[in-house]
Amino acid sequence: MDQAHIRNFSIIAHIDHGKSTLADRILQLTDTVAARDMKEQLLDSMELERERGITIKAQAVRVLWKGHQLNLIDTPGHVDFTYEVSRSLQACEGALLVVDAAQGIEAQTLANAYLAIENNLEIVPLVNKIDLPQADPDGAAAEVADLIGDDADNVLRISAKTGQGVEEVLDAIVERIPAPVGDSEAPARALIFDSSYDQYRGVIAFVRVVDGRFETRDAVRAMAQGTRFEAEELGFLSPQRSPVKALEAGEVGYIVTGLKDVSKLAVGDTLTVERRPAAEPLPGYKEVKPMVFAGLFPTDSDEYPELRDALERLKLNDGALFYEPETSQALGFGFRCGFLGLLHMEIVRERLEREFDLDLLVTAPNVAYRVQPRPDAEWVEVHNPAEMPNELEAVEEPYIKASVIVPKEYVGAVMELCNERRGSFDHMEYLSEERVHLVYQLPLGEIVLDFYDALKSRTRGYASFDYDMAGFRAGSVVRVDVLVAGEPVDALSLIIHREFAYERGKLLVERLRKEIPRQFFDVAIQAAIGSRVIARETVKAKRKDVLAKCYGGDISRKRKLLEKQKKGKKRMKQVGGVEVPQEAFLAVLNLDEKR
Amino acid sequence: MRAPQRGAGPAEVGPTRAGTTLGARHLYVHLPFCVHRCGYCDFVTAVGKRGEHGSYVDALLAELALERHLLADEVATIFVGGGTPTFTEPAALARLLAALPAAAEVTVEANPETVTPELAALLREHGVNRVSLGAQSFQPHLLEVLERRATPATVRAAVPILRAAGFDNLSLDLIYGIPGQTASDLARDLDEALALEPEHLSCYELEAKPGTRFTHAYGDELARQADAMEGYFETVVETLTAAGYRWYETASFCRPDSYRELRAQHNLGYWLGRDYLGIGVGAVSTVSGLRWRNAPSVARYTTALARGQRPPRELEPLDADVQARERVLLGLRLDEPLPTAGLQGALDDEAVERLEGLGLARTRDNGSLELTTRGRFLGGGVTAELLADSPS
Repeated sequence: MDQAHIRNFSIIAHIDHGKSTLADRILQLTDTVAARDMKEQLLDSMELERERGITIKAQAVRVLWKGHQLNLIDTPGHVDFTYEVSRSLQACEGALLVVDAAQGIEAQTLANAYLAIENNLEIVPLVNKIDLPQADPDGAAAEVADLIGDDADNVLRISAKTGQGVEEVLDAIVERIPAPVGDSEAPARALIFDSSYDQYRGVIAFVRVVDGRFETRDAVRAMAQGTRFEAEELGFLSPQRSPVKALEAGEVGYIVTGLKDVSKLAVGDTLTVERRPAAEPLPGYKEVKPMVFAGLFPTDSDEYPELRDALERLKLNDGALFYEPETSQALGFGFRCGFLGLLHMEIVRERLEREFDLDLLVTAPNVAYRVQPRPDAEWVEVHNPAEMPNELEAVEEPYIKASVIVPKEYVGAVMELCNERRGSFDHMEYLSEERVHLVYQLPLGEIVLDFYDALKSRTRGYASFDYDMAGFRAGSVVRVDVLVAGEPVDALSLIIHREFAYERGKLLVERLRKEIPRQFFDVAIQAAIGSRVIARETVKAKRKDVLAKCYGGDISRKRKLLEKQKKGKKRMKQVGGVEVPQEAFLAVLNLDEKR
Repeated sequence: MRAPQRGAGPAEVGPTRAGTTLGARHLYVHLPFCVHRCGYCDFVTAVGKRGEHGSYVDALLAELALERHLLADEVATIFVGGGTPTFTEPAALARLLAALPAAAEVTVEANPETVTPELAALLREHGVNRVSLGAQSFQPHLLEVLERRATPATVRAAVPILRAAGFDNLSLDLIYGIPGQTASDLARDLDEALALEPEHLSCYELEAKPGTRFTHAYGDELARQADAMEGYFETVVETLTAAGYRWYETASFCRPDSYRELRAQHNLGYWLGRDYLGIGVGAVSTVSGLRWRNAPSVARYTTALARGQRPPRELEPLDADVQARERVLLGLRLDEPLPTAGLQGALDDEAVERLEGLGLARTRDNGSLELTTRGRFLGGGVTAELLADSPS
């Protein structure tokens, strides 16, 4: 199709503002999906996505509307997936910005709107859920118009649920969003904005063709990585795969590559055709860097190979997931994994347990640190508390620029929380008379454990939160080690700001004292910075442990009881001759409940 | 154990030693009847049913006749347990005792409130030479918590009655760790028990079994008192040993006597891994590597035997590995070293070494293993650790 009749767009919104419902309605209105085949939220294909009501992986669907080809490129809505949002946006010329008429602008509305503006997208603002009794379409429209510098009259009022106003949305896409302006005669270039892995067909690349055309059987090359493959099949999603002979400039679709290794094809790379290759790749994406790390260990050490295979397979569909083998004295063989954020970590863990039936132990998450061990030495990145040197020249920790939107009565509570977490105030603005947008600079390390939960509870759920990475800054952090019976437990080490070390160490050993069962001997639990002990507790030795009576009728039962006890002990991790139950390793995760 | 098999018995399924002198030398007889079921009790019992005592004894004797070939020609010990054997209707009890084979030690369990001069005489006449008296406590409020029918006075009175009838081997059962029991309550119970000068004492910590009426009523209180009661086992052992008793088994104490063996010979049979035949409802037997348990229903038991059939039973074959493991777990309850010849496969060598290092176990040059005093206080956990992983 000629480019003048193509529109490529995304839908961006804060979570639960109705993005997926709008997408579904669009598919239905354009007869892409018959009503009887309509599954709720069709674009969210993973079971987990459907359950949590969030979209994790971007997908692209083509619909036809009044002689135009509209390509809807879905984006994830959550803070952890900003990177995936931005690469999806790069494949578009415009975006529908959806705001809940009852909620108004939220933190991810802001973050996504800024991303769209950065990418020079035409924004079509719309207020959704106008059918709700508590809806305030005018208020929400005023907020969103103010945000993007548009006239409130241009903000569409719709209900994706009832379908009211959705045809006007389709018309606005055609009218307001510019057509692509690639050079259809130039050598072929296409941006890979996503990929997935099909066990029969290999890697499938989702692309936006910018210039030229790609045809079935073309010899294709990824320009940055140099990977070569034959385009086995070209097509678009509607939403099932629909093969075509060619994908042309301006179009969005997929290419079946037949590649068996997903790492050979990076998202952000440019594809070109060998017979007439392009000279320059398209401007690439920034490389995604995991910022949150945690150790993943199989509860049953025999499951290590299964965990390795599962991570390999997950990685095929999740380029942002990073992992490398890790050996812990306490937990045995496992992997240190890097995630975009906490939700990403949670999703990976859940997928591993659910889709691969693994029983996992996840250590407390920490952030990446940059460390200079000695003066003039090279800076190194540390992903694991156990690798943090006790003596070092300098250390830097990652910071974020955090956006919080709250009703004004909670501003004090949010400021207090941010101050407790070593935040520094950046600025604040009123979005309306009632709602305030607060911006803080915060160390990411203060966010990874439970910031979001604390924020929610202190604002009764009213706060919305999003963040951007804001680079590394000098920090004053120390490594707190935990010793059980005099032996350090590597999996319990944590990195923390010097000022909080004593309090946190004390809390940690108190918690562990409750989690570690009494043994045949006194067990000392210590928290230490280097060789200096900062907190200590003792698990007192058991004084009795007998089966009261054992006569002829009891023997089988008592034997089975002891055998079970022995098996139970084997399942616990041995540290310094002490049986440490798995729950103890989770104690560090829950430390902040009392804070 | 396997699913119950009606009428199946060792005569059909296992090797037997019928007609040889190698049969079981220990006989257990179960009399399930009680006037009332105490809240903490988890034995097979039947309340009241006086009219059924006679037919139950008929069934017992029928089972004994069916299994008589499993017993050695000379039976060493007989233990009549319950239930409350002495609650059994006297004529039926007398008929049973008269029909039992002769043995060097014949013990009958008795509740204090059932002990009368008549009962004592009946027992003596029928060859009983040892009585195990379920005293449990001497404190009225604790007896009440346990739902015992005896009062402290009946407990104190029972001993002289038995002495007067000529019993020179008495055992008292005590329970400690009762909800509400203070350290001084325990000290008083021990003093009272010692004042009666029994030849033998069995002291058990109260087990609140999950799901029982008792646990429902007292579970929370027991949990609150757990710390305070932690030292009670030590108090019991220290008090009784200071009084000259020998702590010869985890929960058992006896007076040393140069002329007589005062350890419970019947129970010693269990702890030394010997074969035993158990008859009666719910009774367990272990003979020649086969264990079986009679079904716990009185009605099914008597019905089957009235037809001349064996009662429904659960069978559990014990392979060499299981037998060795049981030898370890039973043997380590005693205060004598356990000879480990033939038991190596049942022991976890690393654990033995670790526990020796912790001063909880000791191996001897002559190839035996024993627990230290502290090891005995921790005997359950220590034994669990010492046992090699079960193959299953």
